[in-house]
Parts: sequence; structure tokens; C-alpha cells
Amino acid sequence: MNDLLHLVDWSRAQFALTAMYHWLFVPLTIGLSLIVAIMETIYYRTGDASWKGLTKFWMTLFGINFACGVATGIILEFEFGTNWSNYSWFVGDIFGAPLAIEGLFAFFMEATFVAVMFFGWNKVSRGFHLASTWLTVLGVTLSALWILVANAWMQSPVGMEFDPAQMRNVMTDYWAVAFSPVAINKFFHTVFSAWTLAGVFVIGVSSWLLLKQRNTEAAVKSVKIGSLTGLAGILLTLMTGHGSAVEVARVQPMKLAAMEGLYRGSVGQDIVGVGVLRPDGPDADDNGMAFSIDIPHGLSYLIYGEGDRFVPGIYDLIDGRTITTEGDTLYADSYAERIAKGVEAREALARYNAAAKNNDPQAMATAAAEVKAGFADFGYGYLPTPEAAIPPVGMTFYAFHIMVMAGGFLLLLCAAMAWFAFRRQAWLGNKWVCWIGIASIAIVWICSQAGWVTAEVGRQPWVIQNLMPTTAAISSIESGSVELTFWLFAVLFTGLLVAEISIMLRYIGRASKKNIFQID
Amino acid sequence: MNTLECLQAYWWLLISVLGALLVFLLFVQGGQSMLRCGIGEEQRQLMVNSLGRKWEFTFTTLVVFGGAFFAAFPLFYSTSFGGAYWLWMLILLSFVVQAFSYEFRRKKGNIYGTATYDGFLMFNGLVGCVLLGVAVSTFFFGGEFTVTKSAILDPANPVISTWADTHGLEAIVRPVNLLLGFAVFFLARTLACLYFINNIDDAVIDTRMRRGALINGLIFAVLFVAYVIFLLCAWGYRVSAPGLVDIEPNIYLHNFINMWWFGAAFLVGVVMVLYGIFRTALTKAWRGGIWWAGIGVVLVVICLFGVAGYGGTAYLPSTVDPASSLTIANSSSSLFTLKVMAWVSISVPFVLGYIWIVWRKMNATPLTAEELSQEHHTY
Repeated sequence: MNDLLHLVDWSRAQFALTAMYHWLFVPLTIGLSLIVAIMETIYYRTGDASWKGLTKFWMTLFGINFACGVATGIILEFEFGTNWSNYSWFVGDIFGAPLAIEGLFAFFMEATFVAVMFFGWNKVSRGFHLASTWLTVLGVTLSALWILVANAWMQSPVGMEFDPAQMRNVMTDYWAVAFSPVAINKFFHTVFSAWTLAGVFVIGVSSWLLLKQRNTEAAVKSVKIGSLTGLAGILLTLMTGHGSAVEVARVQPMKLAAMEGLYRGSVGQDIVGVGVLRPDGPDADDNGMAFSIDIPHGLSYLIYGEGDRFVPGIYDLIDGRTITTEGDTLYADSYAERIAKGVEAREALARYNAAAKNNDPQAMATAAAEVKAGFADFGYGYLPTPEAAIPPVGMTFYAFHIMVMAGGFLLLLCAAMAWFAFRRQAWLGNKWVCWIGIASIAIVWICSQAGWVTAEVGRQPWVIQNLMPTTAAISSIESGSVELTFWLFAVLFTGLLVAEISIMLRYIGRASKKNIFQID
Repeated sequence: MNTLECLQAYWWLLISVLGALLVFLLFVQGGQSMLRCGIGEEQRQLMVNSLGRKWEFTFTTLVVFGGAFFAAFPLFYSTSFGGAYWLWMLILLSFVVQAFSYEFRRKKGNIYGTATYDGFLMFNGLVGCVLLGVAVSTFFFGGEFTVTKSAILDPANPVISTWADTHGLEAIVRPVNLLLGFAVFFLARTLACLYFINNIDDAVIDTRMRRGALINGLIFAVLFVAYVIFLLCAWGYRVSAPGLVDIEPNIYLHNFINMWWFGAAFLVGVVMVLYGIFRTALTKAWRGGIWWAGIGVVLVVICLFGVAGYGGTAYLPSTVDPASSLTIANSSSSLFTLKVMAWVSISVPFVLGYIWIVWRKMNATPLTAEELSQEHHTY
């Protein structure tokens, strides 16, 4: 069992490593493609060659980053097979389809039209080139759609049923999978956050140009586009973030409790604005916070739109405890009972298997009905204790609050930069404004990564919510092999990241000494 | 055939087409393996930039090939990828280092120097081709694995597919697999020569590549013929009914005969490949070899996949437990999912159509040194 846990830990570490590196590059690809397309559209409509130079400047940075996103992405798809082979079989009937559709619809579109973007300036008409740029935007956005549909399905498995004869889940409703509320929220939240990230990246690079007093006109034009894209992105990210939180409360209440560091919930639950968790876990009163500044009734109101609703904490969920608006305490299934149901479902599946071997249709039907009855808790049967269903609270809590605070800062930044760019351009040259713009590049990436840490760490131990924990999803390989590939990719991707940053810095430095408007 | 069987056969055909297109597009890898073969810097730049405008098609086709396998035959995804871990990881590693090497190799500030990135490209050119050939060869010569779906009932040891402890390394060192691996490698180099002749307008490259096509083509032909002999003499598993697995000597020979259309198309494909190679090598101006050889390769690979998977043949035979062998029937997705994906596949001609239009527009005239010197974005 220890070997199994060791393997699970390294497999998780490898997936987290590759996913986090991938997500360093992909949001910039999504957002910057949009900004480049907007700039090229202005060039197309006005014929002003300065916009063409600006388009090419940002397109070069897009290209450097695009290659890194592609490089880190291929590993992720295949890791579902190499490191999570049980998962691949158990839900491959549902999960594989979005990945295939992603490749067919999105990746080919990207690969085809990005080539026109870079090499087609003198080979195709201006209109064809512009269309290719927008189709690249569509391609990268669609690629985000399908992988996020797949991810959302893991957080909220819908549109399927378990087939005991095949010992796996099979899809029954494609549209339920593709358009689940979790998927829709996740897609828009992620894509809008990518717009924000790219907008802030453009603001940051332009701020450096302004600080150095180089290509200031190009920088101001870029800030205009970047800040408007970033402002639209962050406003929409906040809206869809709220929608995501509502969905988390509905389908992953344990994750919500961990996000808030909430061990015991209450009617009219406060929301933590700023806080520090107790390092040793909750005290005797089940209070997990060492210090916090709360907004009264905030969590109840945000989640349910009513300030007097009960929001369960971690221990409430384990106990199955809830409180009605009338103040009555009710108990549903505790996690201990859900574990027992999961074990029963698994044992029923074993009986089904035995009956199938004995060709006993009646026993098969009985066992299948028992499996179906308990399947909603199937994954709990793999958990040794109810506490095993608690995600790492500290990491989830801090990641969530860092994301929220950084998001608030980015909203102010984009609004301020847009206002400066359109109304008070002299302020853009202010040394402090420039430095804040430059520093924001780090903040937006921290925000972006923190969002994914919240989403993925907060759903532990589940690889498929309630149905399959990570311990049951792995491949049969030695942990040493995974450890080795983990370090291999860690070194490779770190080297890649360092090279990308170095190339970008060098390119920006060199381009800034020329007239960006005249890049051709 | 019922609907499920039809869809399984349809999806195996689509997988075959994707696999065949992938092998054709390996000309990119073949070209990468020739970047340091005593050519001048100007020629190397032309070759890199010519390949650099196509590498994403190969990469994307590999990703879609994997995604389609996952969607249509998830038990293969689970068994082969999770089992032959090192084989697939090395393949992936070679493609990862390829993806950024084009963009980074000549950029200022790339830290590691152009030679490092060219080394990555050559690594991908060699290892990517050879190991993909090895992986395809396991479709015929199998692997040491077992599939026990009921293992999922054991929380302490829940993995359903288990492979030999060497996890794919044993497949890499198996001579017959390496034979196909190196055949694919030299095929990729041959196709690369034909592609360069078609896509680059440079007298030095043209001369060298015509000679290269002949040499690499001859090596490929020898290796491929040897592999086909092994293949036709090989035994395999045929599943005549669920759970009933028979060992059959010369199973692929029988499949070529019984499914004669595959045999015929295979021969046509081989002739087209040879015609493309030899006419290119023996003439001084003909540039169409890549299309003849390319279409021939696609035909040959589709036929190889066909005899591997159709007729109840186990396309991934288990050498330790015949009952665990994978067929298109026992490894596929459900009827519902295959139907959904079949609807999705209607878009394939549309996708191929816009790729073709863009390819034609971007390659209307061969790449020249002059064009490269005027280009803003170069590799």
C-alpha cells in the first residue's frame, strides 16, 4: 500500500508539474492571439502601417510563447494513458471524446492558420491573412473549450452511467457532457482570465518601454489595447468566477469548505476576506482560522443569494450535517456511511462479475441493481477513512485567497491603465506607474496559477468526483520510473522557461531600440 | 455486422488513416535528421525553414492520433500507454524538444546555442521515427501484458492493465521491432529528400537530395522487405468469438489474402513509393516524387493497420496471456460514443479541405534563399 501511495504521489506530482508549466504558456497564447488579431484588424481597416509593425512585434512574442505551449501540451494528453491508465479505461468512453474533438477541430485549425499568420504576409491577401489570424484565435480558444469540458466532467461527472458488464462508465448524453454548467463556467472563466493575463502582459512590457522612453507611441497604443482587453477580461472573469463558486458549492461542497478554511459552517456564514489558518489545524471549537477579517453573511449570500442560508464546513460534510433556514439540524449520509455504501457497491460489482462467469442472469440483474443503487458513492469505497476525503486545506485556502486578492488588484490596474491611456497619457510615463505595470506581470501569472491550484488541489482526493480517487486511477508502474520522468520534465521545462524568458527579454530589448512601427 | 461492429471497423479505419498520415508527415523528422550532414549554412537555413512551416502538422497529427485512439479504443490507450511507459515517454520527450527548437534555435538569447536546438531536432528525427516504428510493430508482435478488469475491485492493487517490469524497454530492444523502427526512419529520410526537392528552389539541395532519396530509399526498401517477410511469417491471435482466442500461424499473410483488397492496395502503395523514389533519383527536373511516394506510404500503412485489426485479429497481442490481447471489438468505446464520434468525423473532409487550400496557397512557389532573406519570421 505504501508503494501505491508513493506511486500516486509521484504521478500526481508529474501531472501537476506538466499542467502548471503548460498553464504558464497557454493563457498568454489565448489572450495574446486576441490582442494581435485586434491590432491587425485596426491595420486592415485603417491601412495605418504603424499598426502592422505593432502587430508583428506582439506576434513575434506570441510565436515564441506558442511553441512552448505546444511543447508542454502533448505530454498532458498522453499522461492520461501513461500515468493514469485505470482512469483511461474507467471513463475513457466519455473523457476521450473531448480530447479527440479538440485535436480535430482546434489543433488542426491552429496549426494551419498560425503558419499563415507568420509566413503568409507576402503570400496571401490582407483579408486572407486577417481571417487566418482570427481563425488562429478561434483555434486556440476551441482547444481550451474541449480540454476544459473534459476537466469539468472530472469535477462534475454527468451524462454517463456505469456498465457493470464492462466495468466502466459509458456516455449516455453527449450534450450533458459538453454543456454542463460546470463546463460552461469553467470555459469562460478560464478564457477570460487568459485575456486578462495577456492584457496585463502587454501593459507590463509597454510599461518597460515607457520607463526606458523608447517607442513611447507604440507603447501607449499597446497599453490602450492591452488595458481594454485586460479590463474586459477581468470583469468577465469575476462574473464567471462567481458562477464557478456557485457550481463548486453545488457539486463540490468539500472544495468550497477548504477554499474558505471552514471546518464548521453556520447559518448566515461569513466569508473570509483576509485570513491566516491555524498551522496545527482547527481548535477545540473547530475554528480553523488563527486570524481573519470576515464579511458577515458573505458566503451564504454569495453562494445562495440569501444571507441566512447554511453553508456546510468540512466536519459538517463528514458528519452529513446541515441546518435548515428554520434552524433545524438535519443529518444526511455521513462520509462513513458513504464509504460503507461505496464498499457495498464494489462488493455488488464483484457479485455481478461472479454471476457473469457462472452465466446466472438473475444474479447478474440483482447485483447490477445493487451497483446502480450505490454507484453515486462508488469512489468512497476506496477511501480508508472519512478524513481521507478532505483535500489539503492550507494549499486550497491560500491559493484561493491569493487568486481573489490578485484578481482585485488586476481589476484596479486595468481600469487605471485604461483611464491613463485614454485620458491621462502623461501618467503612463510616471516611474511608479511603470514599475507597477512591470511588476503586475508576475502578479497576473501568480493569480492564474493560483486559480488552477485551487481547482485541482481542492478536489483531492478525487480524480472523478465521488467516483474514483487518485489511488484507483493510476498505472501499474514503479514509482521510481515516474520519479525519474518527473525530474526529467522538471529540468527540461525549467530550461525551456528560462530560455523563453531570455529570448523574450532579448527580443523586447532589441526591438525597443528600433522603431517598432517599422517592423516588416 | 451489427451497428457496433460497423462503427468499430469505421473507427479502426479512421485510426489507420491518421496513422498513415502521421507516417507520411514524418518527412519532417526525416529532414531534421539530415540537418548536420555536411551541408552549407545557407542550405541548412532553407531546409530548416522549409520543415519549420510543416512541423506542426506532424505534431498535431500525432496528438489527434492519440486522441482518436483514446476516444475510440480506450483500452488500448490504457494498456499500451500505461504499460509501455518508457517507449511512449521517450517518443513524447523527442516531440517535446522538437516543438520549441524551431522557434528558439536562432533567436538571440536562446541560452543553449543553435547547435543544441539542432541537436534536439536531430534527436527527434532519429528517436521519434525509430520509436514510433517500434510502437507500430507492437501491433503485430505484441507485448508482455495482461488485462484483468476485475482488478478494479481490489483497492490495494486496482490497476487493470499490467505490463512487463521493463515497461516498453523490452519492445525497444526487440530486433524485429527495431527493424520496422529503422525502416520508418529511412523512409522518413527518403520522403524528406523528396519534400525538399519539391519545396525548395536551390540547385545544391536538389542535387544532394536526388542522391539522398536513392540511397535512403534503397536502405528503406531492404529493411522494409525484411520486415514484411517477418510479418508474413509471424503468428498472431484471432478471436472467433468473445473469449475464444486462437493462435494462427501466418495470420497476416492470411489476412492479406482473405482481405485481398488490402493486399492489392498494399502492392499499389509499394509501387507508388518506389516510382516516386526512383523517378526522382533518375531524372533531373521532376519534383512530384513526394506526392507519389506520399500517397503510396498512406496506402501501405492503411493496409498494414487493416491486416493488424480486421477479421477478428488481435491488434495488440499479449505474448503472456492470449485472452488479454486487444481487438477492435474488446477494446472499443461504447456504441453511443462511437456514434457521437462518427458524427464528429463528418468534419474530417472539411478539415482536410482547408488544410489543402492553405497548403496550396503557402506552397505555390518553392522556398528560395531570396524569399528567406526578406522574411520577418524565420527559424
